[in-house]
Amino acid sequence: MGLKHKLHTLKEKYKGKKMAPAFNALHTFLYLPNFTTQGGTHVKAADDLKRTMNVVIMALVPCLIFGIFNAGFQHYAAVDAAQGILTEPSLFGNFFTMDNFILGAWKIIPLVAISYGVGLGVEFLFAIIKGHEVEEGYLVTGMLVPLIVPVDIPLWMLAVAVIFGVVIGKEVFGGTGMNILNPALTIRAFLFFAYPTWMSGDKVWVHGAVDRAKELQAGANLDAISGETILGAYAQGQSVVYDYWDMFWGFIPGSVGETSKVLIIVGALLLIFTKIGSWRIIISTLIGALVMGLIFNGVVSAGWIDDTSKFYGLMDVPFWQHLIIGSILFGAVYMATDPVTASQTNKGKWIYGFLIGFISILIRVFNPAYPEGVFLAILLMNVFAPTIDHYVVQGNIKRRMKRLKVKTA
Amino acid sequence: MSKVIRIKRGLNIRLKGTAEKITANAPRSRTFSFRPEDFHLTTPKMVVKEGAKLKAGDEVFYSKDQETIRFLSPVSGTLSEIKRGPRRVITDVVIEADSEDSYRDFGVLDTANMTAESVKARLLEGGCWPFIKQRPYDVIANPDVAPSAIYISGFDSAPLAADYNYVFRGKEAALQAAIDALATLTSGDIHVSVPKNDESPFKSLNGINLHAISGPHPAGNVGTLIAKVGPVNKGEVVWTIGAQDLLIIGALLKTGNYIADRTIALVGSSVKTPKYYNTKLGAEVSTFVYDSGLSQENVRAINGNVLSGRAISLKGHLGFYSTEVSVIPEGNDYELFGWNKPIFNKISATRNLTFSWMQPNKEYELNTNTNGEHRAFVLTGMYEKVFPLDIFPMQILKACMVKDLDAMEQLGMYEVAPEDFALTEFVCVSKQPHQQIIREGLDLMYKEIG
Repeated sequence: MGLKHKLHTLKEKYKGKKMAPAFNALHTFLYLPNFTTQGGTHVKAADDLKRTMNVVIMALVPCLIFGIFNAGFQHYAAVDAAQGILTEPSLFGNFFTMDNFILGAWKIIPLVAISYGVGLGVEFLFAIIKGHEVEEGYLVTGMLVPLIVPVDIPLWMLAVAVIFGVVIGKEVFGGTGMNILNPALTIRAFLFFAYPTWMSGDKVWVHGAVDRAKELQAGANLDAISGETILGAYAQGQSVVYDYWDMFWGFIPGSVGETSKVLIIVGALLLIFTKIGSWRIIISTLIGALVMGLIFNGVVSAGWIDDTSKFYGLMDVPFWQHLIIGSILFGAVYMATDPVTASQTNKGKWIYGFLIGFISILIRVFNPAYPEGVFLAILLMNVFAPTIDHYVVQGNIKRRMKRLKVKTA
Repeated sequence: MSKVIRIKRGLNIRLKGTAEKITANAPRSRTFSFRPEDFHLTTPKMVVKEGAKLKAGDEVFYSKDQETIRFLSPVSGTLSEIKRGPRRVITDVVIEADSEDSYRDFGVLDTANMTAESVKARLLEGGCWPFIKQRPYDVIANPDVAPSAIYISGFDSAPLAADYNYVFRGKEAALQAAIDALATLTSGDIHVSVPKNDESPFKSLNGINLHAISGPHPAGNVGTLIAKVGPVNKGEVVWTIGAQDLLIIGALLKTGNYIADRTIALVGSSVKTPKYYNTKLGAEVSTFVYDSGLSQENVRAINGNVLSGRAISLKGHLGFYSTEVSVIPEGNDYELFGWNKPIFNKISATRNLTFSWMQPNKEYELNTNTNGEHRAFVLTGMYEKVFPLDIFPMQILKACMVKDLDAMEQLGMYEVAPEDFALTEFVCVSKQPHQQIIREGLDLMYKEIG
């Protein structure tokens, strides 16, 4: 009785006060509230939004853990590579090692802490000012954000971006459930356009590469560390040193959580199995990407493009490889499926997903500054999702009108 | 029989406390009550004053907007109290019952020569009109508008619902009498749904268009039948009548008396011995609840089923349309880490660390806890899985919330009743009050358009 009773007394005491939302948010993390149904159904299903968000976080945790080890692994591999030593990744030989973990955790745990700390801080602030309950949406956003940024991103930049993303991306629309753009991607877009040097290029994807480059500039006698992604290499027409299995397992540079395709697939299966993630969006996004990839392959094999063209490298990538490089899979599974910003009708989800995949690869190939387009494609389609839904719903309305005409005719 | 209608989208909620097929006679209730809230959008106008002596079948009040619709006393007794709420709205009319009923005699209807006019007049004066509801708006039917069809659900698929095959056994004659009379009131058909592969008493009736329906709840909702047979268009009116109410109509026609007898199922996990009781409309629920006994103290009694019934106190009375009374435990307690621990003892339509999908045939003991807080709509695609109507549930709910009359009309508001949204409300992770939203939307349309 003890704690439960004391907290209940406190809750009653704070009822209607300014700080009540903050207290309730913490209270509901400990105890499922004692609310009972009033009017309407007298029983309700077992799951609420907290539980739902919790499952999405569970689906992200494997990516986070892998990302921590991979951050360490990529750093040491790049340092060795700078000295001409090639590292062959092996899961238990040189990947899941204490060194990798310590380095990765040293870099990534602060990202997670900043993301949650700052983001939830803003959420609490808004809840108190506006007098509504603290809503759970940020629990997932806060987990996504560290997974979609480069490992070396300065923490203050992340903090600024999180504030921008939560306020402009979500709270100005009224909070969770009301936003038009995916908040995590709004944060990423802010970082991308505000601090491009930290979000793109051949240095930022591996820890230490930027620092090393600065030291070199300062005249230090060291070897440069490369932090190039596969897409970057393709875009510049360089040869790619990773084989498909590296890409699939995730032993490649990239944003923290996006590299391991196998763990993303595991996450996707969990989301589909629990019926939270929309399999329609995931599948159609991948189909859209494959179709665009095939079109580019067709352009290349038809000889319509010269192999000296700067787009040739990426167009020539076999279409299926688009799925295992870059962030298309991560975006399809965790970003495009955000139910608030995606299409809300089942038919609309097919169209929405297909266009995301299609446009992602389009931007990936044709964007001269940054060879990746998933986040831009998803944000674009977020904007168009209500339009897609409008036309799907119109179909239903037209059917109803037709029925009326047949009857009255 | 026309072809089988298969319902795929829905959810069977299996709860503990199904009524055993035994019928007991409930002790005679000391008081009977009318609650005007049972008759949505009807403003009662009292005919008798407190202290008046009434026979069973004497008029108590009529509808202010539709004066021919009368509400009759189910028993003989004395009108003891008219309770009023804010702005003097009548909330409850209580009748103290005599020990024996004497009935007002309306005379047996000449069934050989009945016309729409004679049937209508008899149903109105005999107090049976309020049993007829209409769509659009899910309110008592307007006697001046002939319906394009009449729909009756011959079974109930709601959680813990009464078994109609059991309740109606041997009452086919009364059903047939009611059907024959109703047939004069519409140029269209009388559509009746029965479960597939079932020996329903309705199968032996003449003059109906029988539809076999298979699938999970809401297969037994009359709204589902309408949606599959002939969704209501703008300008159209259809009527719906509860199957049990047909018995009272049938009795009126055959005997000339308003006999408000009802066999109700007393169900729910808090009831010691769930079974059927013969009682009367408006009787105190305590007469049978305490006869059967309760296994716990902190309970909620519900007039109707757990999805769309109305909560009453244990001292309350049986509702006008109730075919069952459910008693389930109240859930007004906290649960440690209730939001993230695996759940085995509650039902869920997802698999978010909830495991009801592993035991589809297990019977659950659900309480009235909301299992979470009210939130904005977030998840999509959940409602469609339990909603068999050709309507976008979330879109129509949002249209109701923003009071967009055009959108409501276009999205199919004429076709729905609040109870059609009971399952979407049950599965809603945002804990939105769907039925209330739809009810308010219908009220708005009724006011502005109807």
